[in-house]
Amino acid sequence: MTRGKITAIISNLITIEVDGPVGQNEICYILHDEVRLMSEVIKVRGKSAYAQVFESTRGIRVGDKVEFTGEMLEITLGPGLLSKNYDGLQNNLDDLENIFLQRGIYAPAIDPEKIYEFTPMANKGDLVRGGDWLGVVKENWIEHKIMVPFKVHDLVKLVWIAEKGEYKVKDIIAKVENEDKEVIGISMMQKWPVKVPVTNYKNKPRPFKLLQTGVRAMDTLNPMTEGGTGFIPGPFGAGKTVLQHAISKNADADLIVLTACGERANEVVEIFTEFPELVDLRTGRKLQERTTIVCNTSNMPVAAREASVYVGMTIAEYYRSMGLKVLLLADSTSRWAQALREMSNRMEELPGPDAFPMDLSAIIANFYSRAGYVELFNGKTGSVTFIGTVSPAGGNLKEPVTESTQKVARCFYALAQKRADAKRYPAIEPLDSYSKYLEYEEFSKFADENIEKRWVDTVSKAKDILRKGIETYEQINILGDDAVPIEYHVRLWKSELIDAIILQQDAFDEIDQNTPVERQQYMLKKVLEICDMDFEFEDFEEVSTFFKQLINHFKQMNYTGFHSEEFKKYEEEIGNIIQQTAV
Amino acid sequence: MKHTRAFQKIYTRLSEITKATCTLTAHNVGYEEMAIVDGRPAQVVKINGSKITLQIFPGTEGIATNSEVIFLGKPPVLKVSEDLTGRFFNAYGEPIDNGPEIEGEEVAIGGPSLNPVRRKQPSELIATGIAGIDLNNTIVTGQKIPFFADPNQPYNEVMAEVALRADANKIILGGMGLSNDDYLFFKNKFTHAGALDKIISFINRTDNPPVERLLVPDMACTAAEYFAYHKHEKVLVLLTDMTLYADALAIVSNKMDQIPSKDSMPGSLYSDLAKIYEKAAQFPDGGSITIIAVTTLNEGDITHAIPDNTGYITEGQLFLRRDTDIGKVIIDPFRSLSRLKQIVQGKKTREDHPQVMNAGVRLYADAMNARTKRENGFDLSEYDERCLKYALDYSRKLLAIDVNIGTDEMLDTAWGLFRKYFKAHEVGIKESLIKKYWSGDLQKEEELDFIESEADFE
Ligand SMILES: Nc1ncnc2c1ncn2[C@@H]1O[C@H](COP(=O)(O)OP(=O)(O)OP(=O)(O)O)[C@@H](O)[C@H]1O
Ligand SMILES: [Mg+2]
Repeated sequence: MTRGKITAIISNLITIEVDGPVGQNEICYILHDEVRLMSEVIKVRGKSAYAQVFESTRGIRVGDKVEFTGEMLEITLGPGLLSKNYDGLQNNLDDLENIFLQRGIYAPAIDPEKIYEFTPMANKGDLVRGGDWLGVVKENWIEHKIMVPFKVHDLVKLVWIAEKGEYKVKDIIAKVENEDKEVIGISMMQKWPVKVPVTNYKNKPRPFKLLQTGVRAMDTLNPMTEGGTGFIPGPFGAGKTVLQHAISKNADADLIVLTACGERANEVVEIFTEFPELVDLRTGRKLQERTTIVCNTSNMPVAAREASVYVGMTIAEYYRSMGLKVLLLADSTSRWAQALREMSNRMEELPGPDAFPMDLSAIIANFYSRAGYVELFNGKTGSVTFIGTVSPAGGNLKEPVTESTQKVARCFYALAQKRADAKRYPAIEPLDSYSKYLEYEEFSKFADENIEKRWVDTVSKAKDILRKGIETYEQINILGDDAVPIEYHVRLWKSELIDAIILQQDAFDEIDQNTPVERQQYMLKKVLEICDMDFEFEDFEEVSTFFKQLINHFKQMNYTGFHSEEFKKYEEEIGNIIQQTAV
Repeated sequence: MKHTRAFQKIYTRLSEITKATCTLTAHNVGYEEMAIVDGRPAQVVKINGSKITLQIFPGTEGIATNSEVIFLGKPPVLKVSEDLTGRFFNAYGEPIDNGPEIEGEEVAIGGPSLNPVRRKQPSELIATGIAGIDLNNTIVTGQKIPFFADPNQPYNEVMAEVALRADANKIILGGMGLSNDDYLFFKNKFTHAGALDKIISFINRTDNPPVERLLVPDMACTAAEYFAYHKHEKVLVLLTDMTLYADALAIVSNKMDQIPSKDSMPGSLYSDLAKIYEKAAQFPDGGSITIIAVTTLNEGDITHAIPDNTGYITEGQLFLRRDTDIGKVIIDPFRSLSRLKQIVQGKKTREDHPQVMNAGVRLYADAMNARTKRENGFDLSEYDERCLKYALDYSRKLLAIDVNIGTDEMLDTAWGLFRKYFKAHEVGIKESLIKKYWSGDLQKEEELDFIESEADFE
């Protein structure tokens, strides 16, 4: 293996003089005071390799020895990833003894000694390739497929497979023979370089199935799809994290990978505290059972921030290959971009806009393109849906990370300061936000069959009412309440009704926080019925009194169980109120 | 500073001197190691082969190419022990109160971060008596929250008051660019409150070199970790003014020829600030570090890189503003936010807390809308008029920073104001709470009916 010696240090960037071949993104270890500090090569020039150190570089000296591994940043994949709390380099945080993170101390991602009951699915003699299912074990409650390692590119022959029985993760459970008649043993675990997409699937059609999140402003108005991509930009305090947490609790996914990338530790602690308690309504199991957390908080080493999103993505892709619906959330992708910026500045690269690296757009695009709905070689399907948050400087969306992300993400959930200030949560701006999937014919068809006929048209109608309402609001503001026809007030309040009942949602209320699509459809129809009605009012104050009363009752409905007694009571009262006023 | 040890090698050939740094040839030097250049503390910031670049904290005026350089073989350290209590130190952790040197374990400052899975969720309320905080933006131990204030506002006074009223075992003051007057203010305030025995101060004054400031937060947090983690104490860290800290960061990165990002700030500003603020934590054994900071603003501009990055890191902010209607400084209910308030409100405080808080702010918002209407020459409704009157009272009795009452009293005061200016159905509080707390005129038949038919929303 190649070795080297440190020749220069500036912050977490080191230069190494190497004695042999070295690869871009190769992992190397600095040997310093009996600890080994992990680093990644990010540039090579002649005999000099530049590496970012995933740890504090305090005390490191010129002349310190470096060992290269010949491998890129790889993580371990296998049964035992679920419910784990990892750092950005896939160290199992729960296994690190010390209360403080000591540098150079790493903890394996999965336990190779752990025993699982393995049931074979493939047969001796089968021709198989990377990603093909050899057998299955139970991990928590999911059918965890043991696959031919992704690194096996060609078709190989399965010459032996273990019988049903209990095996350790590290045990060989199958053997394959390649063209050169070499026999390779396969265990339940494999390694994969995080920066390389896992592409062991037949094809990647356009996403079309709605991915329910329980958030009305998303599901109804700007739907996310299984295998879709979206992002949530917003100034600080606008509600990005609360929204992502809400999604992570309620989304209809088989499993969730949460990447806390350069954000607050206390927010992750909240998940650590809540998820073992909270119940996933669909399965009746604890949320923690379907969740894996990759956590590199803002005070943890900056270089590992970048790694953390790739680690999250690779874990998500791994489970997708088992035919599962995976949702990957990252908060915040801006912190990852900033980590790139810090390194690029230190290497004195020519800076792009706002001093971000020139290739920022390409990096973001590559990452987002790893999400998707895929058809596996065995005909099954799986998906990785990705939603990232973006934290634009000064809340101004005209900045490189937002702009680059907008080019590639298909859904845009813009959080507006104004709505947050007015406590209109989630602060998703109704008009600027969009879901491109609403324009997909495939989605439209899916909605027709699974929600109701012409659902997409119904949604656009609701959006039109919102749009008109906002225009009207501006006119009223300029001209004054008295100076406009009562009509205008009615138009405004109809849009307020949709805003209050469909868009606004209390993330901290047990019932309101999660609305299944069936209920969303019911409520939207109800609200739209009212929007279709004509009313007669004496003056504009009457308009607001009437609608406030309506909104109040509708809100109570949102706070009560779907079709419960109370729910029906409010529904009835709404009927009464309307009868008195409608023409 | 006296740091020389007999066997140390002395270098006397500097090859380069800039405003903040110098470069020399030396061997076997560790990154971030401390050095003494011509008697001044310095730190290794760059190593290129045998060329070592040192950042000289007090500046390089008068440094010559033949100045003496000694490397200390260790990063900046603080000696920690109970002896720290009641003492005043400079940015290097050296006493400035004529007291004795500290005996204790030498700890490198800016140490490793806490394993997130070992943290506990913050959950203990910090009562300050200030309703703008306790009622509207309740803070908890283990939280990090800054005051956002224009330079002419009495932020240091408010912060000192908060610190003294908070039930903390230790208060650690990190003063950066503190004017001599403010330094003396803190000193007197703490002395007179008889609190000196629980206070530790690290002070960089305006007349000290600005780059020295960079050490202050780490010194304060290192002392805090000693008491919170090793002694299981509740520690409150006060950092003022973090804007001046960030300015010092900009000076250094600029001198190091780094490409600045927004507002001439270094690209690493977010990480630099986060490293400090994330020291706030609730430890498993009961100790905690709470950080209350000050970020001064330029004409209230929160989009500037310093407050902006701060907002992205801290758990809310307390926005100080002068309310000209009542002639007092208030904690602005709209722009302030404590993100951890929901952990304690209504759980550790009275059940009606969240609803009363929301109602109070919502009605205040109605008042502000009415005011805009009036300013734009539109007629005000009778409701608008009532809102405006309410706003004056609310501001005076609850938002002003000179309020000092218990949380229950704050809630009762709010109910009192609601009753005085509004009907029960106008405040938008849950029916069950209205029944319990509205009292008095609630008994009136018709009003009760009204409440029932119009049970209001959140
Ligand atoms: N849906 C919601 N319902 C109720 N309150 C909310 C909601 N969303 C956000 N909030 C309030 O706003 C605060 C800030 O939200 P959040 O932490 O999600 O902001 P953020 O956009 O992630 O900010 P940052 O960029 O600083 O991380 C929360 O602590 C909460 O008080
Ligand atoms: Mg957030």
